[in-house]
Amino acid sequence: MNTPLTIGQLQSHFNGMEQRRRLYTAVFLGASLIVFFGGFSIAEDLNSGGFWQGLAKFFDFPSQIIQDTFAADDWLITVLEYSPAMLETINMAMVGTLFGAVMAMILAFCSSRNLGILPGLVPVARRLMDITRAFPELILALFLIYLLGATPIPAIIAVMLHTAGALGKLFSEVNENIDRKPLEGLQATGASWLQRMRFGVLPQVLPNYCSYALLRFEINIRASAILGFVGAGGIGQEFRTAISWGAGDKISALFLLLFLTIVVIDQISSRIRRNLVGGAYQMA
Amino acid sequence: MLEIQSLTKKFGELHAVDAVNLSIPDKAMVGIIGRSGAGKSTMLRLINRLAVPTSGKIRFHGRDISNLSGKALRDWQADCAMIFQQFNLVPRLDVLTNVMLGRLNHIGTLRSVFRLFTDKERMEGLLALERLGIEQTALQQAGTLSGGQQQRVAIARALVQNPKLILADEPIASLDPMNAKLVMDALQRINQEDGITVVCNLHTLDTARTYCEHIVGMAHGKIVFSGGPDDLTTAQAREIYGAGEEFNEAATSTSISQEREVSKTPDTEQDDLIASGKVVNL
Repeated sequence: MNTPLTIGQLQSHFNGMEQRRRLYTAVFLGASLIVFFGGFSIAEDLNSGGFWQGLAKFFDFPSQIIQDTFAADDWLITVLEYSPAMLETINMAMVGTLFGAVMAMILAFCSSRNLGILPGLVPVARRLMDITRAFPELILALFLIYLLGATPIPAIIAVMLHTAGALGKLFSEVNENIDRKPLEGLQATGASWLQRMRFGVLPQVLPNYCSYALLRFEINIRASAILGFVGAGGIGQEFRTAISWGAGDKISALFLLLFLTIVVIDQISSRIRRNLVGGAYQMA
Repeated sequence: MLEIQSLTKKFGELHAVDAVNLSIPDKAMVGIIGRSGAGKSTMLRLINRLAVPTSGKIRFHGRDISNLSGKALRDWQADCAMIFQQFNLVPRLDVLTNVMLGRLNHIGTLRSVFRLFTDKERMEGLLALERLGIEQTALQQAGTLSGGQQQRVAIARALVQNPKLILADEPIASLDPMNAKLVMDALQRINQEDGITVVCNLHTLDTARTYCEHIVGMAHGKIVFSGGPDDLTTAQAREIYGAGEEFNEAATSTSISQEREVSKTPDTEQDDLIASGKVVNL
């Protein structure tokens, strides 16, 4: 530590720091503006239609949908008719999340350094998760649909693989934050590695695992809906058909169904997750 | 008989345990004292084989346990129960399950992974808890118990291991005096009734004098004192802790009985009072 500074020196230092901070903010704002306007004009030049012309027609499509909806006299029946497609999408998300979470668990235990797993396995498992996480579901699904045909199966596999990578990363972070004391206590009783993982790690991590898996399930419902657009079935496929036909009443029915499902599932799962992380349940 | 011969554990350049020779007879209750970093914990961890010795031998009933691995190592650990300062229970599991986890070594992996404990195992767990007077907590989450109760759960877990030896690493260091007494009484009772050898790291000298028939002092990884409770005079303690005149047991004592004063020889007691000049007689 050097000699103590006088009050005057401290003040001038502080003012210097403050000025630098303001300069950074100004530079950041300027750069953002340049990127925004630059990007906009490039996009405007490249696009076939213009943004401003498009903006004028922006409300035409929604108003068409609303008009169609009020014109249709069997709108509620349309909603009911589409329910099986919604269920199919939820089903795809569920199966994908479930298998993905199991894979993620295995990958997570192999990629956590603090659990005494074979050290050579850790980088292998981590790269495997990086790879599966790097591909978006849509790309995986397009590829798999080409191989396996347009059924829900490729979509489920795509969701599963992406989930395995994304959840595996989160799970292994949960693993690496555990309290090691129970593990040591079990080791001192002569418990095997599997037993230590089962009783020393699982009770600590399972509530967090479930919470993350539910969060992933919410995300996967949206992902599965999108996968319908590339032919994987479910509500996405119906959506695409309805939009290409311009059937406003069907679009609004599908939109309502999807919106309500996502809201309801998000609400339920966030309530469960709050209890899980709050430690309301004894698991494992 | 637990025999330790020139046992050494190095962490880098540091000799945590340095060429220790020690033998502990069966059914003994031994206390190890010494300042933090003296190597007490490392020594117990070496005996339980949570840590691997750098060199030297540990023998139990003539069998070398310093190079065990795999199943043989786990079997030894089941025979050699360990109790920790921070209890090391699984806080999210209920108390009875925590106790039954002491049986893991005797249960097949598949059966234990699905938590298929038998009625006999449950009863053994409950009886162990009853022996420690905390059977009423059996259904609670272990993490919700007080420190003293958690430590007794840990002792119950050690009991169902059917161990030949119990190692206790500062079992009362994070407990209040009343709970400390309960825990030490429990260890003493197990030692006397079941004939299980107990080796106990302790911070408080009066606890060591009261409960242990043999006391070992450690400093810088070496054994610097070995004797009965009466041999551990204040002068000896000062040497073990590397402390000067300011060292005063009464200031850190957590004893709740008057027994401590009686057990010491009146002469040294008087010397202490004069030497320190700040003893407040309790």
